[in-house]
Amino acid sequence: MQLYLPIAEVSVSLILLLGLGVMVGILSGMFGVGGGFLITPLLFFLGIPPAVAVATGANQIVASSVSAVLAHLRRKTVDLRMGTVLLVGGLFGSALGVWLFNFLKEQGQVDLLVRLCYVVFLGIIGGLMLVESLRALLNAKKGAAPKRRSHGWVHGLPFKMRFRTSGLYISAIPPLLVGASVGILAAIMGVGGGFIMVPAMIYLLGMPTKVVVGTSLFQIIFVTGFTTILHAVTTQTVDIFLALALITGGVVGAQIGTALGARLRAEQLRILLALLVVGVCIKLAFDLVLSPGELYVISQEGSPT
Amino acid sequence: MIRLALLLIAFSLPAAAQEDVVLGLSQDAVSISTDFDGSEILVYGAVKREVPIPEDPPLEVVVTVSGPFVPLTVYRKERRFGIWVNADAVEIDLAPSFYAVATSGPFGQVVSNVEDLRHSISVPRAIRSVGAPMDIEDAAAFSEAVIRIRGDAGLYQLREGAVDVREETLFSTRIRLPANLTEGAYATRIFLTRGGTVIGEEERVIEVRKVGLERWLYNLSRDLPLVYGLLSLTLAIAAGWGASTAFRLIRS
Repeated sequence: MQLYLPIAEVSVSLILLLGLGVMVGILSGMFGVGGGFLITPLLFFLGIPPAVAVATGANQIVASSVSAVLAHLRRKTVDLRMGTVLLVGGLFGSALGVWLFNFLKEQGQVDLLVRLCYVVFLGIIGGLMLVESLRALLNAKKGAAPKRRSHGWVHGLPFKMRFRTSGLYISAIPPLLVGASVGILAAIMGVGGGFIMVPAMIYLLGMPTKVVVGTSLFQIIFVTGFTTILHAVTTQTVDIFLALALITGGVVGAQIGTALGARLRAEQLRILLALLVVGVCIKLAFDLVLSPGELYVISQEGSPT
Repeated sequence: MIRLALLLIAFSLPAAAQEDVVLGLSQDAVSISTDFDGSEILVYGAVKREVPIPEDPPLEVVVTVSGPFVPLTVYRKERRFGIWVNADAVEIDLAPSFYAVATSGPFGQVVSNVEDLRHSISVPRAIRSVGAPMDIEDAAAFSEAVIRIRGDAGLYQLREGAVDVREETLFSTRIRLPANLTEGAYATRIFLTRGGTVIGEEERVIEVRKVGLERWLYNLSRDLPLVYGLLSLTLAIAAGWGASTAFRLIRS
């Protein structure tokens, strides 16, 4: 069954869109990542114009995140206080990011920079997580207690706040900075930023893995909601039909994902996410290096391909 | 002998000029609704003439359907520092979003080069590229790339022999419009040719328009973008909340 998308002006299979939604929804519920880093490139492959894919992806992430965050709220695995601090940083960051994005667009090559950003960040984060979680898994098997990480420089900073849900008493500056840098990257890469946020919360802020997912989702709702409105007003590339098809699949997937995530152990969850991130990174890196089948690219009405 | 041939041509020309096209379309408008999956238009017609059918050369028919013209930028990738980047760029002033040519015989025999140039009939002639930067030597490769990429996508079609001509009087062909259609006025042109020369021409417009919900949403996104944005956001939040509630009810 085909569905004609009014804004994208293409006709695509409804089954394919629903399936894509379910897949990304499962990831969203399991790992607390919005799935934007997967959904955007996959929409390109379906022939959706890139500008529409980025803007509509943001809208879809809002829905799956709302659905997942409600499930997390009931399990009390959302640190609202930490989420708010991250959000304040995030909004500043995304405003800065949008400015930076427009600056890069004027210079041309914005597509290449976005891809390079993906490869570099996914590579670093995925690699670190893989090494870390493998070590943790090996230690757990040997029966040794996991080594308590020390964050000396974090403890030395002023404006300390108590984050009861996370069991932390740290300065508000590191979360603000994490939120801001994720906001910048989110605006440039057109994603919620969960795949950067989650590891940053675990490794930089030292938050417990169980709380990280819900808190990240909480922050993502607002950042992507902000992005949706921004895109609707400036580029006018949010496609409601496309979003609704992805959302319908996504909300179902998010519920499955949350249930799956609750059953898996934290270390296993981390390894799976790490493998996923590394996989996408390798795919994107190959695309940059391998000779393309078609050397020419058509760009129409300011939508870079 | 040559003189005789010239005499024949001189006599046949006024007769050829008296041939006219009577054109019919299976539909004047294409409505894009939610389940739009492409469309097929039947272009048919007859040749009206006051004189007997000229003997030679035979009558040929060319049908073109062209979507709205828009400017494009074409980039060529190049390997720099080990990775592929968009290097050279050429702006194509106007290129149709869709272009189909159907002929009753091999294109080169049906339309001469001069007539193709005058009426912009073939796909390469329909693309207008005036100014390529001076430092790019093979600017033609960029237009060729547009034709190749859009041809692969079914947006540019050249179908030789697809027009059925009967008794030098009746003709018909079917033009397939793909699903990824841009809105606008689609110009449909019919050319009658003899010996590569255009002897009759007729043009008609097919309106391609979104209808119903598609049209309403599209207009809203252009006229009231903030309302449209808030609507998409509200729908997303409602869908997320609704699904969460539904699943909780199912589980309990």
